[in-house]
Amino acid sequence: MAEKSGADILVECLLDLGVEVVFGYPGGAVLPIYDALFNHPTIKHVLVRHEQGATHMAEGYARSTGKPGVVLVTSGPGATNAVTGITDALMDSIPMVVITGQVPTQLIGTDAFQEADTVGITRHCTKHNYLVKDPAKLAGVIHEAFHIATTGRPGPVVIDIPKNVQIATAPYKRPEPVAHASYHPQTKADAAGIDAAVEMLAAAERPVFYTGGGVINSGPEASTLLRELAAMTGAPVTSTLMGLGAYPATGPQWLGMLGMHGTYEANFAMNKADLIICVGARFDDRVTGRLDAFAPNSRKVHIDIDRSSINKIVDVDVAIVADVGSALSDMVALWKARGHEAADLSAWWAQIDGWRAKKSLDYAENATEIMPQRAIADLYKACTATGKDIIITTEVGQHQMWAAQHFGFDAPNKWLTSGGLGTMGYGFPAAIGAQMGNPDSLVICVAGDASIQMNIQEMGTASQYRLPVKIFILNNEYMGMVRQWQELTYQSRYSNSYSDSLPDFVKLAEAYGWTGIRIDGPDDLESGIRAMIDTPGPVIVDCRVAKLSNCFPMIPSGAAHTEMLLDPSQVKGSMTDEAKALV
Amino acid sequence: MHIQEELSQRHVLSLTVSNEAGILARIAGLFTARGYNIDSLTVADITQDHGVSRITIVTNGPPKVIDQIMAQLDRLVPVHKVTDLTESGPFVERELALVKVAGVGEDRIEALRLADVFRAKVVDTTIESFIFEITGTTDKVDNFVGLMRQIGLVEVGRTGVVGLIRGKEAI
Ligand SMILES: Cc1ncc(C[n+]2csc(CCOP(=O)(O)OP(=O)(O)O)c2C)c(N)n1
Ligand SMILES: [Mg+2]
Repeated sequence: MAEKSGADILVECLLDLGVEVVFGYPGGAVLPIYDALFNHPTIKHVLVRHEQGATHMAEGYARSTGKPGVVLVTSGPGATNAVTGITDALMDSIPMVVITGQVPTQLIGTDAFQEADTVGITRHCTKHNYLVKDPAKLAGVIHEAFHIATTGRPGPVVIDIPKNVQIATAPYKRPEPVAHASYHPQTKADAAGIDAAVEMLAAAERPVFYTGGGVINSGPEASTLLRELAAMTGAPVTSTLMGLGAYPATGPQWLGMLGMHGTYEANFAMNKADLIICVGARFDDRVTGRLDAFAPNSRKVHIDIDRSSINKIVDVDVAIVADVGSALSDMVALWKARGHEAADLSAWWAQIDGWRAKKSLDYAENATEIMPQRAIADLYKACTATGKDIIITTEVGQHQMWAAQHFGFDAPNKWLTSGGLGTMGYGFPAAIGAQMGNPDSLVICVAGDASIQMNIQEMGTASQYRLPVKIFILNNEYMGMVRQWQELTYQSRYSNSYSDSLPDFVKLAEAYGWTGIRIDGPDDLESGIRAMIDTPGPVIVDCRVAKLSNCFPMIPSGAAHTEMLLDPSQVKGSMTDEAKALV
Repeated sequence: MHIQEELSQRHVLSLTVSNEAGILARIAGLFTARGYNIDSLTVADITQDHGVSRITIVTNGPPKVIDQIMAQLDRLVPVHKVTDLTESGPFVERELALVKVAGVGEDRIEALRLADVFRAKVVDTTIESFIFEITGTTDKVDNFVGLMRQIGLVEVGRTGVVGLIRGKEAI
């Protein structure tokens, strides 16, 4: 059999695996791979400006297309720069394969130039990782890595390839699919769990579907099934930050997001429910609020592909370890087979309507300053009017929460945000990755003035690949979310939470060959948004918003769902040490 | 503000794992990263082709934490099977210790007498010292070492616990 170099084997495997895009940055330890990719006819390489950017681009690509994101970086600093994005992908269960160069095997352990213990550093921020010391094993490892990254609970996988292994040759043939010795994620639910869940749902008086990112990860079919099951049962639906879009924001049973910045009706429904069906969510601390007061009178069903998510935080009555789509399909089938009808939930809905009447997302409009919530609401309206496919990414902070609250998502894979790790610097590269995977969509990154500066260098990447992404900055000249916590906890001592020396974002846009638009006040808002949407190329919008607005409703750390703050008048300005110690 | 701790129970976990580079770091790192305890950990290759190792971990924690430890271990790609021996019925557990004791005269005789009671073997001797080899449960080894301390304990090496369920089945 003809032998191929390790680098050629890698490229061959990427082709076999259907990889179309690689986000990467070259360096000494990956030169052989870059040479193998030189002028490659089908695999497109996107040259980033910083390896962290590559990882978030891969995440954005993966989240918006359902395909794994692929990253290629050099050893040492290339690999360490990728660590934040790898950890982000682990926390949000994003399928990603990161190929890192390594010093040649004979130099490993000698503190060689640009040597870092990449498998050591990434061992606990990957789903799995490999150091491949033999070119004959490379093909098997690469195929296995993609399998692990994309199946079960998805996640990042690192493959560290020493430079001599990229050059040495081995016989290559496409590996046959083999049964893995130890990795067998359970995807099909046990019948007993499905049975119990369906019967509990049929008998419940105050049921709620609490859905999460697992519904998105399971694929669009899972969202369709969720809608079907929700319609059949008539139960209300709420979602975590990561699950937005699985159930449509315009749907009749939608309660809005739950948790720390969720709606009054979503959090109260959770608190008063007699049955919670948790679908692909994980009882995160942003969602539960104070644990001993979380959904105190409910029975709970938890559907999750990851057994370790079950009973980790909240004990449940019925555990269903399965792929969400598969479990929902079983539940829909059994509900029909048993001839269940939607129960009369009118009393429950009347109670929910009472909470809805609080209009917890309302805010005081302002004639002279743009309220950030208004900016998002107008952006939503303008985007919807285009009739285009819209993808929204965000950075991290108040703007992220306002986007979650005031932009409606009617389909999965259209909302990309860093939930678990909360990584400032995620949103803009994620938008570039999403635009790569969805060339015809209108991709907008809703950013904050501080977050956008964390990966702003990727403007060059968007210019180079003619990607018409839009950055919509809610510029409050503060790290608004930090300032908000300082107002809640530290009597408004704004220690280092202001944005000094901001760049002129319009000039910055021009410097990169982008279009820059400044929106100074309410009168320019609509036209500014229009201009952004109508500009064919990449655009930065510097939208000057009310500087001291805070994000409500809010459940402060350590408080119960029923102890929401609805507006600034309820902020006390200090907290107990116990509450201060929480995140 | 003070930090509170929960009541914990001792559990012996038995894992089979693929025998690959980094597996021990993966497991040990999981325990440190998630704040679980390791009282002892043993690992050795157990198959003819050297493909699989058995790891026995003695840990302690509240029941919920033990359940999480099991689930987190099971999630690691190279882990084949995780069994909580403490929960899965009757099982045998043993550890081996080498115990060096120095002394002369009556102490020497007493050390030998106690070793006999504990079925410990003498594996090395000089005029002034013995090394005993003892196997047994952790408690038995603890007791033996405790007694030797009163006579002239010099140093101890222990393997940590290995365990298997009783009966003809494998776990
Ligand atoms: C990498 C990183 N560093 C620090 C933080 C902590 N943090 C969370 S929100 C925030 C401020 C964000 O400010 P900005 O981007 O302007 O958004 P705003 O809250 O003002 O909308 C900070 C510093 C973080 N989430 N990520
Ligand atoms: Mg800001």
